[in-house]
Amino acid sequence: METKNIMIVGVGGQGSLLASKLLGKLLLTEGYDVKVSEVHGMSQRGGSVVTYVRYGDRVCSPVIDKGEADFIVSFELLEAARWTEYLRTNGKIVTNTQQINPMPVITGAAEYPERLVDKMCAAGFDVDAFDALSLAEQAGSSKAVNLVLMGRLSKYFDFSKEAWLNAIEVSVPAKFLQMNKKAFELGLNT
Amino acid sequence: MKQLMLGNEAVARGLYEGGCSFVSSYPGTPSTEITECAAKYSEIYAEWAPNEKVAVEAAFGASLAGKRSFCGMKHVGLNVAADPLFTISYTGVNAGMIIGVADDAGMHSSQNEQDSRNYAKAAKLPMLEPSDSAEGIAFAKLAYEISERFDTPVLLKMCTRVAHSQSIVKLSDRMESAQKPYEKNPPKYIMMPGFAKKRHPIVEARLRAIAEYAETADFNRWEKGTDRKLGIITSSTSYQYVREVCKDDVSVLKLGMIWPLPDQKLKDFAASVDRVVVVEELDGFIESYCKTLGINVEGKNLFSNIGELSQNLIAEALGMESPKGSALDENIPARPPVMCAGCPHRGIYYTLKKLKLNVIGDIGCYTLGAVAPLNAIDSVICMGASVSGIHGFNKANNGATDKNTVAVIGDSTFMHSGMTGLVNIAYNDSNSTVIILDNSITGMTGHQQNPTTGFNLKGDPAAKVDLEALCHALGIRRVRVVDPYNLAQCEEAIKEELAADEASVIISRRPCALLKYVKHNAPLKVDSEKCKSCKMCMKIGCPAISIVDGKAVIDNTLCTGCGVCRQLCKFGALQEG
Repeated sequence: METKNIMIVGVGGQGSLLASKLLGKLLLTEGYDVKVSEVHGMSQRGGSVVTYVRYGDRVCSPVIDKGEADFIVSFELLEAARWTEYLRTNGKIVTNTQQINPMPVITGAAEYPERLVDKMCAAGFDVDAFDALSLAEQAGSSKAVNLVLMGRLSKYFDFSKEAWLNAIEVSVPAKFLQMNKKAFELGLNT
Repeated sequence: MKQLMLGNEAVARGLYEGGCSFVSSYPGTPSTEITECAAKYSEIYAEWAPNEKVAVEAAFGASLAGKRSFCGMKHVGLNVAADPLFTISYTGVNAGMIIGVADDAGMHSSQNEQDSRNYAKAAKLPMLEPSDSAEGIAFAKLAYEISERFDTPVLLKMCTRVAHSQSIVKLSDRMESAQKPYEKNPPKYIMMPGFAKKRHPIVEARLRAIAEYAETADFNRWEKGTDRKLGIITSSTSYQYVREVCKDDVSVLKLGMIWPLPDQKLKDFAASVDRVVVVEELDGFIESYCKTLGINVEGKNLFSNIGELSQNLIAEALGMESPKGSALDENIPARPPVMCAGCPHRGIYYTLKKLKLNVIGDIGCYTLGAVAPLNAIDSVICMGASVSGIHGFNKANNGATDKNTVAVIGDSTFMHSGMTGLVNIAYNDSNSTVIILDNSITGMTGHQQNPTTGFNLKGDPAAKVDLEALCHALGIRRVRVVDPYNLAQCEEAIKEELAADEASVIISRRPCALLKYVKHNAPLKVDSEKCKSCKMCMKIGCPAISIVDGKAVIDNTLCTGCGVCRQLCKFGALQEG
């Protein structure tokens, strides 16, 4: 099988590391070779963060390059737009519509672009955009955006729901398990 | 059982399986997790040292005592540790010793992108370079074997992509390594000229012996391809990119040890193909060596010596097809890292900017005081350079900058190498003002304990350095503590200490807002009626504040209620929640 690429993008502190950990466990259990590449340190401080998840028969490079991503899963709208160049032809963008202003916007040095979902669609990108933050809050915490996004992403894969739930169980702390499962369900069914 | 493991965690696992008993390190991205993970094994004693020089010397001491040891650091940390490094190369070891160093090509979290491989050559030490997590485990264990077999410390070189990528590993049991007896041996361990002169030829012979061993060792792997038109010599993460692009038709010489290099193997490989390309990040290290052997190779004529490589870059350089994506035709604002909401450094930087001071900066989270809108730092070089630098700056200006210049340095960085600079200020008498930003943790690398926090790496209570007493003892008479959440107090203290006719230290003390034990106040509230849209609150670059329809808005999920912005609002629009 040709290597498949999932790129997870967002803002430092939003929880993208948990999402990549969960995907890694799922894909390993499904029998694939897997590599997950993370960003630590300076870039985490509210900056733009990227995590790469790659799986297939044999995965060599730990990173995803331009034009390679089958999926871009974005925790924040501007970040989805920032990384489109990494999407492959016929790739899909799954994005939260939440907007978090970067510092240049906060200070007035730049503007947050308007109607980004429309612009991405008009440019020919296949975009599944939805309000993951509201669903996360509905599940019990704004921090559950990552599980809402995973629920949504799971629609585009053939893995069983049980496999996803097993991966969630081994990835999140026991006391937040129910809330995270609920967030996953909301992402899947909304 | 197969499992996914981070490269750094895998190195820690390799240390454990290889019988490591002692770890001393200083945190630094991308190396930190090796030591944090090693500390989780009860068989390994692990500690944070105040700096990398201390860590290497402590690890050497443990090796001398007969236990397998390790010390870890980032690339620039090896500069700090270079002094012992070059001489323990002469003494060799008793039990096996590994020095782990993690490079940061692309400078994800560093002040330069120096290539640590040059240290292996300069210090005449073997250097192993894993290309994934499985090799992280294998090479850590191998490094102990090489260390004891050839009586040498061994460098284990990581890079960001290997250190911070998870890949599949299989675990083995720990091989206990009995403590070797310590025997006094002055000619081996006392490096004064008479003895050192006799050790140097031993070092040269050792390097030749390791090179001989590297000719046939399976860590330098010749992967024979079906096509003889092209052969690639590579190592580390570059090997993974090459394999991604070239598949199995191209011959690859994958080097697991990048110093010393196997001359004959390189020559034989080159002779087996029509064209040889060296694929390596940063310096043309392997390429230059091949050229000294008279091998006709290409390398940096095709690839930059700046930043990281990737599969597309390699495909393009080799004239192969690479995928192309399309960027959205839109002006996407950058999203640089910022100081967190509630960060205790913010109040100090606001004050420094307001007073229009020269600020000699240092390495840590507080380096973020350099970015907009605070823009409050003039220079940042390396760990400790603020305290040493302000002394030279003020001396050179003959006192003209004494009243308008400060140095800022964090608690951990001050312990690392700020103290000696402060001794120089006192001893050589400059009227310098140093601000220690004491947030009670090593912040940027992800909350590591240090000698000022009162806890050790394992989280147990430990001796706590009294910063005030320390500064007094180093010869500074004027030492005072301020709360950086109190802007008036900060401004008063900075003005008074700058005005004083002797050196002074201001300790700005507040724990990092992200520490679990720090209790946050309720988020502030905005009285929109009172908000006059003056945007004073925006001058501190807090990510929790934004202006919507001309009025200040607080993000309740981010605001910690620190109240710094409230002190800036002249209209009382920002109120306690």
